[in-house]
Amino acid sequence: MSRVLVTGASGWLGAAVARDLVAAGYEVRTLQRRPSGVDGAEDVLGSVMERSSVERAVEGVEGVVHLAAKVSFAGDEADFVAVNIEGTRALVRAAKRAGARRFVFVSSPSVAHTGAAIMGEDAPPAQPERAHGAYARTKAAAELVALGADAPGFAVVAVRPHIVWGPGDPQLVARIQERAAAGRLPLVGSGAALVDSTYLDDAVSGIRAALDAADRVHGNAYVLTSGEPRPIAELIGGFCAAAGIAPPARRVPAGAAKAAGSVVEAVWRVRPGQDEPPMTRFLAEQLSTAHWFDLRRTRRDLGWRPEVGVTEGLRRLAEHHAAG
Amino acid sequence: MTAAATLPPALPGLDPAWSRLVRVHDAVLGREVVHHVLDTEGALVAAGAEPVGTILAVHGNPTWSYLWRALADESIERARAGAPAWRVVAVDQLEMGWSERTDAVRRVADRVRDLGALTEALGLEGPVVALGHDWGGVIVSGWALEHPDLLAGLVLTNTAVDGHAALPAALKAALAASSVGTEHTTAFLDTTLAIAHPRLDPAVRRAFRSPYRGAARRQGIREFVADIPSTDAHPSREAVDRIAAGLAALAAPALLLWGPRDPVFQERYLHDLMRRLPHAAVHRFEGAGHLLPEDADVAGAVLDWVVAPTPARSAPGAVVPAVETRAMWAELDARADDDAPALVELHGDDTRTISWRLLARRVHELAAGLHAIGVQRGDRVSLLVPPGADLTAALYACLRIGAVVVVADAGLGVQGLTRAVKGARPSWIIGIPTALAAARSLGWPGTRIAPTGLSRLARAALGVEHTLPELARLGSGRALPPEPAPETLAAVLFTSGSTGPAKGVRYTHARLAGVRDALVAQYGIDRGTGLVAGFAPFALLGPTLGCRTAVPDMDVTRPATLTAAGLARAVAAIDADAVFLSPAALTNVLATDPDPAEFDGVRLLLTVGAPVAAPLLDRAQEVLRNASLRTPYGMTETLLVADVTREAIHEAGEGDGVCVGPPTARAQVRIAPLDDDGRPGAATTTDADVTGEIQVHAPHMLAGYDRLWRTDAAAKAGTPHEEWHRTGDVGHLDAQGRLWVEGRLPHVVTTADGVVTPVGVELAAQRAGASRAAAVGVGPRGTQQLVVIVEGQAGPLADPALAAAVRLEVDRPVAAVLAVPELPTDIRHNAKIDRARMARWATGVLEGGPVTTP
Repeated sequence: MSRVLVTGASGWLGAAVARDLVAAGYEVRTLQRRPSGVDGAEDVLGSVMERSSVERAVEGVEGVVHLAAKVSFAGDEADFVAVNIEGTRALVRAAKRAGARRFVFVSSPSVAHTGAAIMGEDAPPAQPERAHGAYARTKAAAELVALGADAPGFAVVAVRPHIVWGPGDPQLVARIQERAAAGRLPLVGSGAALVDSTYLDDAVSGIRAALDAADRVHGNAYVLTSGEPRPIAELIGGFCAAAGIAPPARRVPAGAAKAAGSVVEAVWRVRPGQDEPPMTRFLAEQLSTAHWFDLRRTRRDLGWRPEVGVTEGLRRLAEHHAAG
Repeated sequence: MTAAATLPPALPGLDPAWSRLVRVHDAVLGREVVHHVLDTEGALVAAGAEPVGTILAVHGNPTWSYLWRALADESIERARAGAPAWRVVAVDQLEMGWSERTDAVRRVADRVRDLGALTEALGLEGPVVALGHDWGGVIVSGWALEHPDLLAGLVLTNTAVDGHAALPAALKAALAASSVGTEHTTAFLDTTLAIAHPRLDPAVRRAFRSPYRGAARRQGIREFVADIPSTDAHPSREAVDRIAAGLAALAAPALLLWGPRDPVFQERYLHDLMRRLPHAAVHRFEGAGHLLPEDADVAGAVLDWVVAPTPARSAPGAVVPAVETRAMWAELDARADDDAPALVELHGDDTRTISWRLLARRVHELAAGLHAIGVQRGDRVSLLVPPGADLTAALYACLRIGAVVVVADAGLGVQGLTRAVKGARPSWIIGIPTALAAARSLGWPGTRIAPTGLSRLARAALGVEHTLPELARLGSGRALPPEPAPETLAAVLFTSGSTGPAKGVRYTHARLAGVRDALVAQYGIDRGTGLVAGFAPFALLGPTLGCRTAVPDMDVTRPATLTAAGLARAVAAIDADAVFLSPAALTNVLATDPDPAEFDGVRLLLTVGAPVAAPLLDRAQEVLRNASLRTPYGMTETLLVADVTREAIHEAGEGDGVCVGPPTARAQVRIAPLDDDGRPGAATTTDADVTGEIQVHAPHMLAGYDRLWRTDAAAKAGTPHEEWHRTGDVGHLDAQGRLWVEGRLPHVVTTADGVVTPVGVELAAQRAGASRAAAVGVGPRGTQQLVVIVEGQAGPLADPALAAAVRLEVDRPVAAVLAVPELPTDIRHNAKIDRARMARWATGVLEGGPVTTP
């Protein structure tokens, strides 16, 4: 079986992707600062910004799954540019030079999100100039860099998993539960905004499907979700219920949240150890406007469909908590 | 001022390739003049299409050929898609649009000649369909009459040829303002452009104005208005009269498209045209106005029609095959000497009994009286009288003399009623005082007749010219006119309007008699039957069925006002063995402490008008212990399609939809399967478990929709010899041949995993504990999410426990379970949930918008 590089495999999603590829029989190499902890994978410690570690990582690989990124809703824009855009550019170049044939760029639907509600849209082209926030802007630019490198013999696919969650998720689920338990989690707006999300296993199988289908579908971007959108309050309530915590009861008007900033921000932040940052407009929009997607093209082109979904995912989450 | 013709500048929706300048010899000036025309011939040839004919489109005043840009575009689109290619030639009349300004005064006759010179210069060969709007309709009619060899059809929109009718107020204002209004200021132009529904896009409005910048360029607008023959001495009077007379003899197929919200060309002009062109197909676009091509899909209608035009005027003496039918009034004639009760009306403690003898005599007198005051065969008579003896007598009297009854019940609401009455345009209104007051204040057409005597004051106030008692006196001893033929129009019945504006449904005498015969065949109702009619339409059928009929004490517009005591009195009054009720009335009867002993004589309970839930029938069975509980499925268009008993509903069990039983004895049912986009194809099947649109064929089905040619064409399937009605309902047949109704076609939800029909989902939500529910789709077709809205909670999100229960019971993914205190339903039945409205509401809420009241 061919050798595949997974970047960012010390992260929760990256590790799951690496494990899945190992289980599928790939020879998996990983690239990140800390050991991935993935059994059966060969770790290269380093960063996409370091030329030497990148070159070591891509040597002899047939495919790359690129998850490493700076993911945050705050911070110095220069850091985002360096990691997300330049890191991707360097990795793409090195992979191509090293003779890799497939490259899956793990992106985000926010690269095409301009603040308006999304109801049943597919994946429009990334728009760095219109995306909201440094993360989305730089991911958008990076996606264009990656897809721009698509060429005969070097098949690039972008996948955009939307709000990935599941058991052991140290970011979204854990933080929501923690906030709610402390009574510090309000809902923005009516809580009825319909949002898609992706259970971990669905994101992982979608990423592998993209890798496997790369020769057929290269040059395109695909949204990945579990295909079961839910009102945001129900999703958050589901996360809380899985852990036996009362769901949030307090509400703040969407306008106030957008304008003033709110503790909700912290919940969605994924920078451990950081104090509560101000609410950003992007977050208030994410929490109070619809964003759910048309998966038909993704399903058709990748020959994939989400197998777990939100309802079953929440059941598994509760099982995970019950097991302690 | 004179000015050369020019090509128009770049304008929205206008392809510069369509524009051309055409040199024509002008008889007025004796020299060449230049027309601007839009001509799609080049575009069609470029698309590889060979034109099969030409649509010659003529604008009115003060517009220009820009009015037909959508027609030009659509004609090319359709040709590209493989439909027969119709070339569109839309002219700018001289002095108008981008055509030459010659400073000459051009009258109607000149303009007809101008158009002829132009078509000659263009070398137009047949077939030509002539199309005109506003005064362009007069011009193009003149052209049509002079070119019978080329003419394939005539289409007129919001125009008039009847110069003798009083001029509309809006035009009078324009005339009075004369040059001030039409030339020096742009008032006439602005007013015309301002009355579009919805309002015109500013860029489109600018485009309409573009050739009329500067008073000198608007001279033609003024001259055009001045040429309206407002007096008998007017120089154009004779020309217009000649065209009007010519139309009355025109044989070619004709189509009249109309926007009723037109302050200038009001409905009476449509009716004048319908009189002259009785063979014309008519479509009124409810809600649209004067600038019809801007307000409605005129392009689509015209292009549909040119490829399949409606019949030409039939030759005099053409024979319509006679149908063997027992006339609706035959039973009354047969029992003219019978003193047994025919009708019993209950009001509080009062009981009014009318024998067959009395009813037959009353019908005869009224028929003769109506005939005596001038009600002609084919005249429309609007009946705005609550069910009861007066309505029944008036109805049969009208049928007997061949007048067409228009029945729109008050359940439509004042607005809906106004639309219905204005659309059907009756010549006569028989109505109770409240209806006549509405007729007066809302400007409903028709000579007013009151059912009872009125004080002189009330009579004057309501503008009443006759009363039924007077007509009966007048008709007493008079002979009746000959009976109408079975294939002539007998009635226009209005739908409930729960899915858009109420539609008039046409029934001939034969098909109306078919309704009666279907009831007899299905339920064995005959002379021995005593029928309590708590559902208005069936009350009217009693006399033709030959059974004695009682109307219980209730407000027919609000069925839930019928009490158990009220029903018991009606049953006792005629020793009834059959009861017809709406589900709402039945619900209230059961809720008002009924005594089963009072209903032991009832053998048949028919619940009609809306879907019935099995639990309601189970409770009803406890009260009506000896009755067979049956529910017909049907609609205004075909009242009896299928029929099911309570026992059969239980036997059928749960399924995707409501089991309405096998087709009735005289009806055939088939299914047009839905594609992934939720639309029915041309193929049909009677195979089990295939979901699709339900089609019906029956001798008692509608003869068509009234003045809705396009709707009518779209609702027809099958062949002219065997017409099937597309019901707009979705469902399937099962292996036992039973029909299941799953919802309305426009309410089908199209998810990425296929189509979902609403009724099965709603029933599942009810099993999960919701009192009522609506299942709707949100998002783009093909990738919609299924959303359930339950009734009885504040919302917008349903209580989590109920939401979980609903998800468990519905066997497919539900994106959201929302809640509202009350679901909106139709007035008539308080049962049909307005799913389209709930879908809009759910879309807004789930988008993250403010939570509004649905």
